[in-house]
Amino acid sequence: MDTFLSKPATTSRRDFLKTGAVVGSGLVIGFVVPAANRFARAQTPPLPVPATIQASGFAPNAFLRIGNDDRVTVLLAHSEMGQGIWTTLPMLIAEELDADWSRISVEHAPAAQAYAHPAFGMQMTGGSSTTWSEFDRYRGAGAMARALLLQAAAQRWQVPAATLRTENGAVVNGSEKLRYGDLADAAALLKTPDPKTLVLKDPKDWKLIGKGAKRLDSPEKITGRAKFGMDVQFEGLLTAVVARAPVFGGKLLKFDATAAKAVTGVRNVVQVPSGVAVIADHYWAALQGRAALVVEWEAGPHAGLDTDKLRSDFITMAASPGTVAAQAGDAAAAMAKASKTVEAHYSVPYLAHAPMEPLNCTVKISPDACEIWTGTQFQTVDQQVAAGITGLKPEQITIHTTFLGGGFGRRATPVADFVTEAVHVAKAANAPVKTVWSREDDVRGGYYRPGYVQWAKVGLDAQGLPIAWQQRLVGQSITAGTPFEPFTVKNGIDATSVEGVADSPYVLGTAAHRVELHSPQTGIPVLWWRSVGHSYNGFVMESLIDELAHAAGQDPVAYRRVLLKDHPRHLAALNLAAEKFGWGKPAAKGRGHGIAVHESFGSFVAQAAEVSVENGQIRVHRVVCAIDCGLAVNPDNIKAQMESGIAFGLGAALYSRLSFKDGQVQESNYHDYRVLRLNEMPLVEAYIVPSTEKMGGIGEPGTPPIAPAVANALFALTGQRLRDLPLTLAPAAATPA
Amino acid sequence: MKLYVNGAEHDVTATPDMPLLWALRDLMGLTGTKFGCGIAQCGACTVHVDGAPLRSCVTPVSAVAGKKITTIEGLSADGQHPVQQAWAELDVVQCGYCQSGQIMSAAALLAKLPTPSDQDIDQALSGNICRCGTYPRIRAAVHRAAALAKG
Repeated sequence: MDTFLSKPATTSRRDFLKTGAVVGSGLVIGFVVPAANRFARAQTPPLPVPATIQASGFAPNAFLRIGNDDRVTVLLAHSEMGQGIWTTLPMLIAEELDADWSRISVEHAPAAQAYAHPAFGMQMTGGSSTTWSEFDRYRGAGAMARALLLQAAAQRWQVPAATLRTENGAVVNGSEKLRYGDLADAAALLKTPDPKTLVLKDPKDWKLIGKGAKRLDSPEKITGRAKFGMDVQFEGLLTAVVARAPVFGGKLLKFDATAAKAVTGVRNVVQVPSGVAVIADHYWAALQGRAALVVEWEAGPHAGLDTDKLRSDFITMAASPGTVAAQAGDAAAAMAKASKTVEAHYSVPYLAHAPMEPLNCTVKISPDACEIWTGTQFQTVDQQVAAGITGLKPEQITIHTTFLGGGFGRRATPVADFVTEAVHVAKAANAPVKTVWSREDDVRGGYYRPGYVQWAKVGLDAQGLPIAWQQRLVGQSITAGTPFEPFTVKNGIDATSVEGVADSPYVLGTAAHRVELHSPQTGIPVLWWRSVGHSYNGFVMESLIDELAHAAGQDPVAYRRVLLKDHPRHLAALNLAAEKFGWGKPAAKGRGHGIAVHESFGSFVAQAAEVSVENGQIRVHRVVCAIDCGLAVNPDNIKAQMESGIAFGLGAALYSRLSFKDGQVQESNYHDYRVLRLNEMPLVEAYIVPSTEKMGGIGEPGTPPIAPAVANALFALTGQRLRDLPLTLAPAAATPA
Repeated sequence: MKLYVNGAEHDVTATPDMPLLWALRDLMGLTGTKFGCGIAQCGACTVHVDGAPLRSCVTPVSAVAGKKITTIEGLSADGQHPVQQAWAELDVVQCGYCQSGQIMSAAALLAKLPTPSDQDIDQALSGNICRCGTYPRIRAAVHRAAALAKG
């Protein structure tokens, strides 16, 4: 079977496997991890060996299949949640393959080791990393396929391969053409060429990369045909909703299912670790059943959870020394020498992700297999937890990744919370069950962006430049206590808590600085939320810099230019945004201008905003955004992601907040957990900095700058410095002169 | 009871208070209409009843028995409604979950107002939430759809 297992292992090159043991099943290109490495923690890309195709024509670990029906199928090792990889990754393959774009189909790959993230070692989607991490691998798969097709055509025509060319899904020999579909079977029988002989296209020859292509998932998403996890249906599938403790950490005391079971359509009521599951023929019946359930909970240790108390506790913590995250010189001593100091407290609330598709997970358990259908960002973690619960091996857990109706990090829990629960429900029910969360379950179900309080004190010299910088962050660690902790927490510091501060060019550019962190435990489950630590650190840093500029009597852009003089990528983004915005021209009457620039996930984004205040309401009219993400693979998609990140961040800047009282989350749905709506969306102009620098991400970097850009604009307009999100004007500033 | 959906008669067994959304999705297998909130706050469940837009998550089946119901699946054959064409042309969608509702709301708007202003669009579509922020492209696509519909 694995006839090439004796091939010496190398980590320095990417070998591509070609499969083709069964004649007539087309050409398949992929990666396979050899048996010896299968259980190693994959820190490096998997080492490939050829694998046989099963009779059905399905090959494990395929990235690309070319059928003899001329269909080119791209398998995605990452999950499409709107960020556009359903189109961008196929572009990479199609570019090298010279594919016919109209023949491309896309699927989510199954869960398997070959699909592990090239940089992070497990199958996952997050960190705005898919495109840069797959840039070589997907192009290589396309190039490998092209090389084999050329070879097959050369044999068919009895001419040297070098005399042939490829174009639009065919190999061309003068006036003759052979479509890839006609060559696929023959190509599958050829010996895999040495990957070192593959030559990728010169960028000047790119037709797709740098230019873009129409989204491949549009047709199904505009006709209602696209299948999300919520849409999974099959014979015998039941639906469950779970009654969970109203207070985090609460315990089930007892329940009475009599009334619930009497509801038409309810089949069963079972206890699971996370609560009581009502299992029914369909969602409506399950929901009615749960409403009829009588349940008693013990509130547990967090019964006193209260927003005001959390805030005051965090402020108290911010006044005492924490764990050092960054330090140089003697900040306290340097502060004493400052001509002027700026001191402030900033705060941001706990936030729900609230993706449009409420959480759901379908599970079918049989004696030696477990099938899961869900929109997940964390396939490997899901396999591991499902294996633990069912007693099966991870390889026996099949994950069918559906389209995600929004992820934003909620579908990437290190402990796979909603998958764990769904597996328990199916196991307890002894039937296939789709566990569905209502919107209320989602808003109240935890795994929030943590709330933070920060204290900062910056000392300026006579020129107004910072010479001493002290900052303390107080907020929960996302990864402490999870399986990720060994990789993200070092010396008591969770890197995701301090990103954007501990590595800030302003902080590191100030000779005497000290950044400290407190990571309190509150009982509230927390999680990454689009842009993670940058979601609040961008707000704090870019508001603070604005305060410093004001204290120094300088223009916000001019001030940043001085501090960022050794940071050309920040400068390029800042300058492009300022130029396109028309920074420097006086604002129209009743309008204020603000700007922010922040690096996150490898990209540099600046945003300038124009705001007004009408009847006490903040209105954002226009945002000009500039991003340096290195090579811009799919420009229109980059712009779409900037629009997306801005909308997401703006809703949080203006409206969203979770509050706790007597242990319980007060908000429950979109009527009181407010997010941005169409009529509140500003005009957005997004520009891409021409850049040949290292590629960064685009999914998250558009979010951090919007809150500070708007806060800074409000300051310019009203003179009121707002340091708490969501931004709330004091009545005095509600009607500016 | 009989429900008339996308030009076909369906015989469904449902309690009179069952929301149309769940009858469509779970009894008739029409999963194009989406569940987002259950309280008519997000618009993902928007369908047409006798041509008018309606939030199916709060509409009991008993209220629409005998009426002409159109879902996203029935808006056009093969996605060729001007709104769908404009959506495809401008690459509006991202995750896509809200888009059935957005498209149904937009189609209902254009049926009533063939050349809507930005304000008309705001008013008609602000009940449809998009967490992916496709709002700028939705606005542009509604204008484009109006132009396409004009011919």
